[in-house]
Parts: sequence; C-alpha cells; structure tokens
Amino acid sequence: MSKQITIPFGPQHPVLPEPLHLDLVLEDEKVVDVIPTIGYVHRGLEKLVEKREYTEYVFIAERICGICSFIHSQTYVQGIEQIMGLEIPERTQYLRTIWSEYSRLHSHLLWLGCFADSMGFESVFMNAWRLREHILDDLEATTGGRVIQGVCKVGGVRRDISPEKLDEMVKGLKGIEHQLQDLTNVFLHDSSIQHRLKGIGVLSKEDAYYFGAVGPTARGSGLAIDIRETGYAAFGKINFKPVVEYDGDCYARCAVRAKEMFTSIDIIEQCVKKIPDGPVDMKVTGAPDGEYLSRAEQPRGEVIHYIKGNGKKNLVRHRVRTPTFTNIPPLVTLLKGCELADVPVIVLTIDPCIGCAER
Amino acid sequence: MTYLAKSPWIIHYDASSCNGCDIEILACLTPMYDVERFGIINTGNPKHADIFVVTGSINEANREVIQNIYNQIPDPKVVVAVGICACSGGVFRECYNVAGGIDKLIPVDVYVPGCAARPESIIDGIVTALGVLEEKRKNHISSPMVTDHDHKAHHKHAQGGAQ
Repeated sequence: MSKQITIPFGPQHPVLPEPLHLDLVLEDEKVVDVIPTIGYVHRGLEKLVEKREYTEYVFIAERICGICSFIHSQTYVQGIEQIMGLEIPERTQYLRTIWSEYSRLHSHLLWLGCFADSMGFESVFMNAWRLREHILDDLEATTGGRVIQGVCKVGGVRRDISPEKLDEMVKGLKGIEHQLQDLTNVFLHDSSIQHRLKGIGVLSKEDAYYFGAVGPTARGSGLAIDIRETGYAAFGKINFKPVVEYDGDCYARCAVRAKEMFTSIDIIEQCVKKIPDGPVDMKVTGAPDGEYLSRAEQPRGEVIHYIKGNGKKNLVRHRVRTPTFTNIPPLVTLLKGCELADVPVIVLTIDPCIGCAER
Repeated sequence: MTYLAKSPWIIHYDASSCNGCDIEILACLTPMYDVERFGIINTGNPKHADIFVVTGSINEANREVIQNIYNQIPDPKVVVAVGICACSGGVFRECYNVAGGIDKLIPVDVYVPGCAARPESIIDGIVTALGVLEEKRKNHISSPMVTDHDHKAHHKHAQGGAQ
C-alpha cells in the first residue's frame, strides 16, 4: 500500500463560492476517503422563531438561502397555512408556481455557469449568466427583488402580475428558450465535456436510495423523486414529467438539470394559460396551533420545513432539512475512488448550496 | 477612473452569508455588469489580492478563516463589507452563532448596504475602495496583523476550532 496523504479542500477555494471543507485522503492521485466538515455558514436561524412573530419570520425563512429564497418562503408559508387551515386563493397558487419555476431557472443557469467555470469552460459560464440576467429581470419586475424576492406572505402574495406582463414573460421565455437550446446543446454534445463527465463519479441507483439522495442527484441515478408531483401549489393542475437519467455519472446529473430548465419554461407557459382571475391574498387572524411537515421541490431537491406552533404569535419550533445536507453522504460516496483533479467537477455536480445546508 | 494606477484584484470570502450577496458579486463579473473591464479580477489566492470582499457576518467557525485571509493579503489592502449581514449582522444579528459585522474582527474600509446588495451598489463599493487603496498606497499605510487570542482565551476554545 502506498503512503496516504490528506489534502484540505476549502473552505476558501477558487471553484467554491461558498465555504465547504473536505479533507481528501489520497493514495497517489486516487481519493480513498473523504471527511466533510460543515459549520462555516451556520447562523442558527431556526432559534429566531422565539424572537420573531410567525408572520415576520417569513423574511428569515426566505434568507435561509439566497438562491432558493422564494421556494423557502413558499414552503414555510404553506406549512403555516396548512396548520391554520387557510383556503388560499387559486390565483395565488398559480403565481407561487410561476415564481418558484423562475427560481429554478435562475438557479439551474447559475449552476450551469459555475459548473462550466469549474472545468475551465469560461464562455459557457459567461453565456449562462447572461441568460440568467433575463430571468432575474423578470423576477425583479414582478416581485421587486433580484435574488431575495420578499413576495410571499402568510395568506397569499404581496403583488399580482398583470395579464399583459404574464404574456410578455412568456414571450421573453420563448426568446430565451432558443438561446438555452444552443447553450445546452454545446454543453451536452461537446466531446471534451463528455470525456470529462461520462463514467466519472458514478452513483448507483441503490446507493442513491440508500444514502438518501434527493433532487437532480437522485434523478440522475434513475430515481424518479420529484416532490412537485405531490401537487402542492398549482403543480397538481399542471401536466409535467420529472426528468430522469439512468447512468448515475456526472454527465447524467448535468443532463437532468439542463433538461429541467425546459420543463420549467413549459410549466410557466401552462400556468400562464390556466391562471384564473381573483384576489391574491386574504386576511389572516389568529396564530398557528399544531404541527406540519411542509415539503417542496427546490432546484437541488426536496426541502422539508417542520413547523410547530402552540396558538401564540411565536412558533415553538421550526426545523429545516435542506437538499444539500442530504446530498452530502452521496457526495462522499461518489468522491471515493475518483482522481484528485476531478474533485471540483464532481463536487459541483451535486450543486452544493452551503448557505442552505448549514443555515 | 483616471487615478487607477493598477488593476485591483479582489478576493471574496463568504463568511456566513445566505448566498444572496455572493451570487450578486459573481453577477458583477459576468457580461451584464462586467467589472473585468476595469481590470478587476476575482482571484482565489490571498497573496494576489488587493481588495478583500466579505459577505455575511462572523461566526465561531469562520473567525480564523477571515483572519488568515486578511493577514495574508499584502499591503496596501482594503476591506469591503458587502451586504447588511457583513455590515452589522442584518436579520441574523440576534442568532446565537452570529457575532455581528465584520468590523468586530478586522478593520473595514467600505460598507455596502442591501439585502441582498445589488450589483450596482457592489460595483460602487469596489470603486470607492479603489480610492481608499490608492490613498493607502500613497501614504504607505500598513494594516495591522489581526488575531483573536483574547476571544479564544475568553471562550476557552480548543485548538483548531470552535466548541
């Protein structure tokens, strides 16, 4: 047996915008063991429920993560609304669906850019982020915020979108769709990219299930887990199929995300066709009494918000289980046996979001 | 920008930010805002950097990382605190693992407000930092070495991390 050496990866590392620390145990160039350390971004925001009223806490819940911000606030308010038994106006559900798909688009484009950058494909990085600005412009025009939207509230949403704006958004997405097609086409069919991704970092279907992978990491290994299929918000009235790939390697996980962007555009188009007229919010009185496990599909996978109230303005407990946290054990499995030079690429194929994972 | 004597390189560290400000900093580098036209490059090596951009606030785990990066940047150096969390702690100021703004640990020269800070304000902050950097370069102002031995002794930390 050759000598083992340990190489620290992170917390401050050029390919990681966020601090994740991995101790890589190497034998020559092969990674034989990985010891993850988290906690660099831990804030302890779950305990803030004791200091903020449940309506104010939406702002904190939204700031769990700046990338999946809208979906966090949506999941939280859905939980509260379920406990309080509120019948939310239909239009609100559609608006929330539209915004959550916009968030998914912006997150996947962000990932595509960062991922391309991690393997040295600078032009895809720049082009992905250029397209992402169109999505952010629409988000800003309709909600008022680029990355933190602040539009969800208990009992509805703060802003309505006019029918003209909805049509304009669909037209804009049609324009982006062509460019996105070009971009993903280059990215998925380029021979050097295939060479770097195919057969690298393979996660078998059994391992994915056993280690609790969620989202595109699970779907890339052939597990068709998509919480949107449970039909929260307006997803129950929308016709869509989760994207599943079966190879379980880096390429499969990338292909899932690339194809999901088109699914998102399709969902937004269907929502705009079906959205009913009506109010977008309702008056809420009282406070939640009871507990609920609220689930939603984030760009990175399933997020769970556990909410418990006792009829007072402050909740008793709020607990979040984020997709990146559950994707860390699968990541450790994938990294074992790979080469050191592939580590940044493999880490980014699970699309780590440390702000979420550590809260 | 006529006073710009060199291309300032930045190093970015995400202290305990929610990512909102981090992705806005990355957005500054991409075609819409494109700060590289001013010669500003995001580097991963503290020894290459002139401007230290920090997002998010201090917590027990990242104190040492921030100090390490700060101490390794050669003089003259400027610190830009991006976003309200880096300025004061923001919405998380009352969390148990948030010690407050970055200025509790290292000297901060420019504060960029916002939650999340907009790319326009980040660029404005960096341009302001360029002026400070030039000032420091002219007057040969050197920055202090930062340590928090007192903090560690006070909280009885074990070697190498928070408890």
